[in-house]
Amino acid sequence: MTESTAARHPRRSSKRTSGSDGGSAAATAAPETPGAPAKKAAARKTPAKKAPAKKAAAKKTAAPAKKTAPAKKAKPARTAKTAKAAAKTAEAAGKAPVGSRPLPQGDGADASELVQLLTPEGERVEHPEYAVDPSPEELRALYRDMVLTRRFDAEAVTLQRQGELGLWPSLLGQEAAQVGSGRATREDDYVFPTYREHGVAWCRGVDPTLLLGMFRGVNNGGWDPNSNNFQLYTIVIGSQTLHATGYAMGVAKDGADSAVVAYFGDGASSQGDVAEAFTFAAVYNAPVVFFCQNNQWAISEPTERQTRVPLYRRAAGYGFPGVRVDGNDVLAVLAVTRKALEHARSGQGPMLIEAYTYRMGAHTTSDDPTRYRRDDERAAWEAKDPILRLRTLLERENLADEAYFAGLDEESDALAKRVRESIRTMADPDPMAIFENIYADGHSVVDEERTQYAAYQASFADSADFADEAGAAAGKGH
Amino acid sequence: MAVEKMALAKAITASLRTAMEDDAKVLVIGEDVGKLGGVFRVTDGLQKDFGEDRVIDSPLAESGIVGTAIGLALRGYRPVVEIQFDGFVFPAYDQIVTQLAKMHARALGTVKLPVVIRIPYGGGIGAVEHHSESPEALFAHVAGLKCVSPSTPGDAYWMLQQAIHSDDPVIFFEPKRRYWDKGEVNTSAIPGPLHEARVAREGTDLTLAAYGPMVKTCLEVAAAAAEEGTSLEVLDLRSMSPIDFDAVQRSVEKTGRLVVVHEAPVFYGSGGEIAARITERCFYHLEAPVLRVGGFHAPYPPARLEEEYLPNLDRVLDAVDRALAY
Ligand SMILES: Cc1ncc(C[n+]2csc(CCOP(=O)(O)OP(=O)(O)O)c2C)c(N)n1
Ligand SMILES: [Mg+2]
Repeated sequence: MTESTAARHPRRSSKRTSGSDGGSAAATAAPETPGAPAKKAAARKTPAKKAPAKKAAAKKTAAPAKKTAPAKKAKPARTAKTAKAAAKTAEAAGKAPVGSRPLPQGDGADASELVQLLTPEGERVEHPEYAVDPSPEELRALYRDMVLTRRFDAEAVTLQRQGELGLWPSLLGQEAAQVGSGRATREDDYVFPTYREHGVAWCRGVDPTLLLGMFRGVNNGGWDPNSNNFQLYTIVIGSQTLHATGYAMGVAKDGADSAVVAYFGDGASSQGDVAEAFTFAAVYNAPVVFFCQNNQWAISEPTERQTRVPLYRRAAGYGFPGVRVDGNDVLAVLAVTRKALEHARSGQGPMLIEAYTYRMGAHTTSDDPTRYRRDDERAAWEAKDPILRLRTLLERENLADEAYFAGLDEESDALAKRVRESIRTMADPDPMAIFENIYADGHSVVDEERTQYAAYQASFADSADFADEAGAAAGKGH
Repeated sequence: MAVEKMALAKAITASLRTAMEDDAKVLVIGEDVGKLGGVFRVTDGLQKDFGEDRVIDSPLAESGIVGTAIGLALRGYRPVVEIQFDGFVFPAYDQIVTQLAKMHARALGTVKLPVVIRIPYGGGIGAVEHHSESPEALFAHVAGLKCVSPSTPGDAYWMLQQAIHSDDPVIFFEPKRRYWDKGEVNTSAIPGPLHEARVAREGTDLTLAAYGPMVKTCLEVAAAAAEEGTSLEVLDLRSMSPIDFDAVQRSVEKTGRLVVVHEAPVFYGSGGEIAARITERCFYHLEAPVLRVGGFHAPYPPARLEEEYLPNLDRVLDAVDRALAY
């Protein structure tokens, strides 16, 4: 496959000013998907006309010995657009179909089922089963985590708007659920996130700038899961709950007292994988905490589309405890998650936590929530803001002064600046990276395609870089 | 309405609308297909007009969507299900392969499974992973399923009509990066058969065979080649299972050369099947081996590399050059 190296010729794609493939990307971008992050247009050379290869003389001389004329197909019946009878049925369809049954509304839970330790008004309240007694310093630390997480998230949204990221799933409103649970974990615990757990990543010590690569389109993951015991983001809904369960099974086999947290959403609760994870965790008594952030929405579908009971009650059917916690109350989330982790560590098996919260923003930067939810719903949740209520407490009890808040503002600005700078210096990956890390032990087809591709690239007059790569890649084959 | 210019996505909307008007048994089911109108807005307005009983926002579970669609079909409905993105069909793969594809045969032909599974597929939109894949070969490989992919709004309209009318399960692959490309839709024309290929551009020197998103790319290649004095024929296969091998054969007997182009990986891809069958049918007409241009044996790369991964003008022309050089 070296024909292409034989003659170095210019790329002809430059003829297509609009770009045959990238051109329509922005227009096509799904509301749920990103438009391609603005990519530097590759400098395409003006084509020097290359003489088209002369039609080679037929190598095969023999005329077809017997040639069957393609049998004329009998024309199948044309699709008739309308059957009159069908139209009649359609008329009937306008009415409610016979046998259509009314659907119940809501999930039937009442307020007493919600564990809360800090009210939206910033009042500390007691709960018979769950308690935390944080020092002022700990309270400030939780506040700081939430503030910085929110700021990081807002910066990422801005970067998406500026075309630096293709997409961003905002965690706005879910800071307490993520920081409370993230801070409950121990260093040796292991976390399996969805794609929205930026606050948990923060608590695990993952450099926030690493979270951006996947959404900028420079990688499909971007960090070493083992460096902070924080697995890669998982986009396919629900899958990670099984991985978490398996990991927890391994922890138990090793006799370790670590625990595992599996994050998932209200929508994900419908996936078969999640049901199977519950079954496996229960049957093997695996030390895993299922942490469901019920943010009331799965893109455009409200939680009623996924369940008819409060999600936490599902645990009972599998034989392990479930609890619903005020997901906007960082203290309650911390207390409940600590207890669940302790439960897992001490050999009592899995637990399900439903953090009752709200997705304040759009599903992602590509989504338009005005199509499916009312503004007043958001307003009602704004009054329950997770950061505001802790600030109220800090201020009322004089646990933080003006200097503290001013200092935190500065720290936020610095973080935002660092994030902006990191993205602007984030290099595009080398095209040959397509062929890297596909197998641990290598694969001859990958090797062959890598070599061919390098040779192909090297065949262009403007691709001096690839000429070296072609040689290197050729040597790499086995 | 007769002839109207519309985007490919809107042609699918119009087709769903017609199908639902014509037959009360047609249901649209999927994630976010209701109020939101689907993430690509393909089902926009349908729930408003046909109600929540017929345009159904499903729980977030693809296996559930397809499994229950099978049950609805057994009960006499004609479900048209939407899978939100190519990469999310796999939770349903078990239901599709082990149940949907085989039930007609297992029941000795006594039951029919008129289920259509719409899958927006392919890359070129700068998406995150699992949003840009071309898994058609994984379905075309399974007996009992039919797989088609329109490349124009007119075909999108009519092929979906035909898929819904079909008593077999049809996987309907929608070229998502072409959703907003406009073309004429003649809603009163009489369409050709669903699984017949179409000559998208006539030529004499070499045949480019493609389907879905790559047809446009191949037409651009043919235009560029014409400027260089090479005459390429472009065949829009339209159907990946079955494949209209007669049409490919006719074209190859004329041109003597064939390049198959698809976004899906070449390794075990549909190009391999076409190459093998056409080599057998046209051995004495072929002036060059059948070449393929497609994805690599690699996971779909991150968005900033997808231009390198997807067949484009240069890569297809490179294959054309190589075929012509024989
Ligand atoms: C298997 C699968 N199906 C569909 C999707 C598309 N999708 C992405 S996010 C989402 C909704 C998820 O809702 P939820 O689990 O509540 O999490 P949230 O986004 O609210 O955090 C859907 C349907 C997907 N990523 N994976
Ligand atoms: Mg949700």
